[in-house]
Amino acid sequence: MRKTALFLMLVLVFAVCGTAFAGKEIKAGFIYVGPVGDAGWTYAHDQGRQEMEKLPFVKENSTYIESVPEGAESARVINGLVRKGANLVFTTSFGYMDATIDVARRNKDVVFMHCSGFKTAENVGTYFGRMYEPRYLSGIVAGKMTKKNVIGYVAAFPIPEVIRGINAFTLGVRSVNPAAEVKVVWTQTWFDPGIERDAADSLLDVGADVLAMHQDAPATLQAAEARGAYVIGYNSDMREFAPNAFLTAPVWHWGALYTKLAKQVSEGSWKSSQIWDGMKEGLVELADFNPKVPAEVQKIVADKAAAIKAGTFHPFSGPIKDQSGHVVVEAGKTHSDGDLLGMSYFVEGVQGTIPK
Amino acid sequence: MVEILLDATVRAGTPILFATLGAIINERAGIINLGIEGLMLIGALGGFAGTYLTGSLLTGVMAAFLCAFVAGAIHGFITVQLRGNQIVSGLALTMFGIGMTALFGKGMVGMTIEGFERIAIPGLSLLPVIGKPFFNQDWLIYFSFALVALIWLFFYRTRWGLAVRTLGENPAAADTCGVPVNLYRFLAVTIGSGIVGIGGAYLSLATTPMWIENMSAGRGWIAVALVIFASWSSPRALLGAYLFGGITAMQLRFQAMGTSVSAHILQMLPYFFTIVVLVVSTIRLQKGASQQPESLGLSYDREDRK
Repeated sequence: MRKTALFLMLVLVFAVCGTAFAGKEIKAGFIYVGPVGDAGWTYAHDQGRQEMEKLPFVKENSTYIESVPEGAESARVINGLVRKGANLVFTTSFGYMDATIDVARRNKDVVFMHCSGFKTAENVGTYFGRMYEPRYLSGIVAGKMTKKNVIGYVAAFPIPEVIRGINAFTLGVRSVNPAAEVKVVWTQTWFDPGIERDAADSLLDVGADVLAMHQDAPATLQAAEARGAYVIGYNSDMREFAPNAFLTAPVWHWGALYTKLAKQVSEGSWKSSQIWDGMKEGLVELADFNPKVPAEVQKIVADKAAAIKAGTFHPFSGPIKDQSGHVVVEAGKTHSDGDLLGMSYFVEGVQGTIPK
Repeated sequence: MVEILLDATVRAGTPILFATLGAIINERAGIINLGIEGLMLIGALGGFAGTYLTGSLLTGVMAAFLCAFVAGAIHGFITVQLRGNQIVSGLALTMFGIGMTALFGKGMVGMTIEGFERIAIPGLSLLPVIGKPFFNQDWLIYFSFALVALIWLFFYRTRWGLAVRTLGENPAAADTCGVPVNLYRFLAVTIGSGIVGIGGAYLSLATTPMWIENMSAGRGWIAVALVIFASWSSPRALLGAYLFGGITAMQLRFQAMGTSVSAHILQMLPYFFTIVVLVVSTIRLQKGASQQPESLGLSYDREDRK
C-alpha cells in the first residue's frame, strides 16, 4: 500500500515537473503589411515565423494575415487573431502601433510584440534591429568594389530608418574609399518594381557602378545585373535575381528573435521592453559574399563585424561630418540611440537632399 | 541626355500604353472597364508563368493575352449578356485579379527568366536623338507602335471599326443596320482585355523579369484616366502614356543628376500633370470637342429600344 502511494507520488512529481519544463504552449499570430510573396520585408518575417515553429512547444501552422492595411482598421484584424486563440501576437509594421496598444489593453493575458514602434504597455513590447551595423559593412564592400567612385542608392521614404541606413552605408564606403560619393534617389514608395527599376537605371545612367537599395522589391538587383554593375541587396538574400551582380546584402534574421521571445513567453519570463538587437544577437547580419568579392575585402569586413559584435566598434563613432562639412559628432564620441532613431541629416559623401 | 530620357520614357510608358489601348477598345464599344488593374496583374502572371514553363517569350505574351482574354470574358458576360452594372463588375474584376494572381502566383515568386532583349533596327537605330529610344528597343515595344497604328486604322478605315464605334455611340442604330450588338461588344471587351494583359506582361517580362504580387502597383488606374485624356484615340494614348512615363523618368533622373530643384517639386509633377489633364479635358468636353462615346456605360437591350 505504502509502496503504491510512493509510486503514485513519484508519478505525480514527474508529471508536474514535466509540464513545468515544457512550459505554456504557444499559439502565435502574425500581422503582415505586405504579401509573403514580396521577396523582401514580409518574406523575411515569414521565414522567422517558420523558424520559430520548429520549437516543440510552439503550435505549428500559426495564423498569419497578409497585406493588412496600416491604421485603425488593423485593430479589427489583430482582435480576430486573439479571438482565434493566439497568445503571442506579432504586428510587423510601424503603422499598427496604436491598434496594437488598443487591442492589448482589452486582452491582458496575451503578449503583443510590435515591430519598429515606440509605444509599450504591460503586455506590449517593441522590437527592431540595428540594421545600420550590416549596412556599414556592406558599404565597405561597395567602397572597395567601385571603380568609378560613384555609388547609387535607391531609397524609399526620407524617414530616420532609411536615412540612418544611407549614412551608415556611406560611412562604411568612405572608411575604405574617401574619394567615393553615394548618390541618393528617392522613389517615395516601398514597393513598385517599375519605379524602383527606373530609379536604379537613372543612377546607372549617371555613372554609378555599384548600387544599394532600401526597397521591398528586388528590381534594383535586376537593373544592375542587366547593365553589368554590382549591387548590394536588402531584406533577404536575393542573389537569384542577380547571380553576377550581387555582392552581399544586409539581411534580417527574425527567427533568432522570434525563437527567443517564444521561449520567454512559454517559460513565463517575458517582460515588456523595447528590443533593439543587432549583429551580436543575430537579428541582423550580412548575407554570404559573392566569390567575386576579394579575400582581402572579406577579411576587412569580417574584422569589423567581429569588432561590432564584441562592442569595441560603433559605426556611428566620430568624427562624423554632415554634407556641409560641419562636425556633428566629435572624435571619440558616438551618436546616442536617441540621435540614431531621430536621424534627419546626411553625412559627408552623400549626394542628394532630404525633402523637408 | 535627351536620348537617355526619351529611352526611359518609352520603357516606362509602354505598359501604360498597352493598358490604355485595351481600355479604349472596351470603351469604344460602349463598355466601361474598371478591371484594368486586375487584368494587368493577370497578364503579368500569365506572361511570366507561360515564359517560365516553356522558356519562350512569345508563348508568354500569348499566355498573357489569353489569360486576360478569359478574365475579360467574365466582365463581358456580366455587362453584355446579363446587362449588369459595368462599374461594379469592373471593380470586382480588379479585386478578383489581385487576389487570384496572389494565390496562383505563390509558386512563381523568386523564379527567374531571361527577359526581353533590345534589338536594334538596322539604319534607323543610328538616327540622332530618336534612334536609340525608338529603334533600339525590345520587340514588344515595336509591337506597341504597330498596335497604335492598327487600332487607328481599324476604327477609322474599316467597316468593322465603324460598326464597333457605332456600338459606343448608338447601339440601337447599329442593331437596325444588322450589326450583332452583343457579339461585337463581347469581342471588344475580351480582345481589349487581352491587350491590357500584354501591358501587364511587359512588366513581368521586360521591365523587371520576375513575378511579384501586385507588381502593376496602380498603373491600371493611370490607364483608366488616360483614356479620357486620349479622347478615345490610339495616337493620343501613345502621347499620354509617354507623357506620364516621361515625367516619372524625368524626376528620378533629375535627382540622380543632383539638380538643386527640390525633390518635393519634382515628385509633385506627375500629380500636377494629372490635374492639368483633367482641366484640359473638361474644357474640351464643354466645347463639345470630346470624343466620349454617347452610350458609354449604358447596357443595350433590343426590347427597351426607344
